[in-house]
Amino acid sequence: MTKVTFIDASGASRAVEAQDGSTLMETALRNSVPGIEAECGGACACATCHVYVAPEWTEAVGSASPMEEDMLDFAADVRPNSRLSCQIRISEALDGLVVTTPAKQG
Amino acid sequence: MGDVIRTDAIIVGAGPVGLFAVFELGLLDIKAHLIDILPKIGGQCAELYPEKPIYDIPGYPVIKGQGLVDALEKQIHPFGPTFHLGEMVEKLEVLGTAERPLFCVATDAGTTIEAKVVVIAAGGGSFQPKRPPTPGVEAFEGKSVFYSVRKIEHFRGRRVVIAGGGDSALDWALNLQPVASRVALVHRRDEFRAAPHSVNAMRGLVAEKKMDLVIAQLCGLKGEGGQLTAVTARGADQATFDLACDDLLAFYGLTMRLGPIAEWGLNLRENLVPVDVATFETSAPGIFAIGDIATYPGKLKLILSGFHEAALAAQKAHRYVYPDKKLLFQYTTSSTNLQRKLGVS
Repeated sequence: MTKVTFIDASGASRAVEAQDGSTLMETALRNSVPGIEAECGGACACATCHVYVAPEWTEAVGSASPMEEDMLDFAADVRPNSRLSCQIRISEALDGLVVTTPAKQG
Repeated sequence: MGDVIRTDAIIVGAGPVGLFAVFELGLLDIKAHLIDILPKIGGQCAELYPEKPIYDIPGYPVIKGQGLVDALEKQIHPFGPTFHLGEMVEKLEVLGTAERPLFCVATDAGTTIEAKVVVIAAGGGSFQPKRPPTPGVEAFEGKSVFYSVRKIEHFRGRRVVIAGGGDSALDWALNLQPVASRVALVHRRDEFRAAPHSVNAMRGLVAEKKMDLVIAQLCGLKGEGGQLTAVTARGADQATFDLACDDLLAFYGLTMRLGPIAEWGLNLRENLVPVDVATFETSAPGIFAIGDIATYPGKLKLILSGFHEAALAAQKAHRYVYPDKKLLFQYTTSSTNLQRKLGVS
């Protein structure tokens, strides 16, 4: 099982098990992780599943597609390590992944 | 305000479930008017995922969001629904009694409709402009922060900051540039989602120093009594700075909010409308709720569940619209009566 950790804006940390092949957004919802709204249900059509990928993980996670970059225009406080969690697919390579959720979605 | 329109049913929301309600009501001779805040039909299917495949519509192994909307539009065509698009229902007034309900619905565009039943098929609520991520923005809204342009003249001679990188932001930057004293386009990156010719036109004006392009993200507003004096922005280097301005036009896309439905006197549970599972009627006789906005034990937010809910709501609606008529249950496969209504007999 792949483990991922969500840290919220106040610094509280939640480590959860993620199913390989599912998305990081689905992992958050399945584990009732607060701070991920996913208004559009994973269609890359809103910007309410925004996360910041921990610096040591940005390379493994990869960068946003042009469509995701377009959607990130609608997110608040976008940084170079910003991603939409519905576009991050879980695999063994991401075991130990750490992301932070923003203070506000959308 | 125009004349009052009189009809049998008002459907609030023209998403897939609202559209299919036209069909189920139509089979029972109930005429419907649909109202939707978006300028087109289809709701989330058309707005959020027109190109995404849906795999759980019965009979369609796969169909795209827009494909489903197009098919529904064709399916309900025989019933001649009237659409009021780009309008938001603001008021719902109860005129009748519990036995003989009558409602008057008014939209923000001045449309007034009287009907015997109201079907709320508003999904996640109405699509409304997303607020910029700046604390206290509400105090400036309508005075110096806007999400659309109603009157170009308002901006004459003013310093206008336009935030966003899509067609709305670019179009208004170009349209207001000759009118405003200065236009500054603020966007988080030097890439735009807008039509290339608009982007080129904007870059031309920037090169001629006739407007400003600022690569930054808004993070604060300054001003008093609803009047802006400046916006605060954060650049790529994380340093913040102020941009003096009189108005902000923000184009951050759309989000769903329950909106005025909250003020219609219905029982609500976590922004959803509880319904009776036999009739999909709300706590108010004659007002129904179907699709994502309805809640009941076991509710699943699936389009197919919404279709079922529309069929059952129509049965009860018939009692209000035709109190003296007995409803005969019929199949479209065999009833010549239904086939005549569908225009296939």
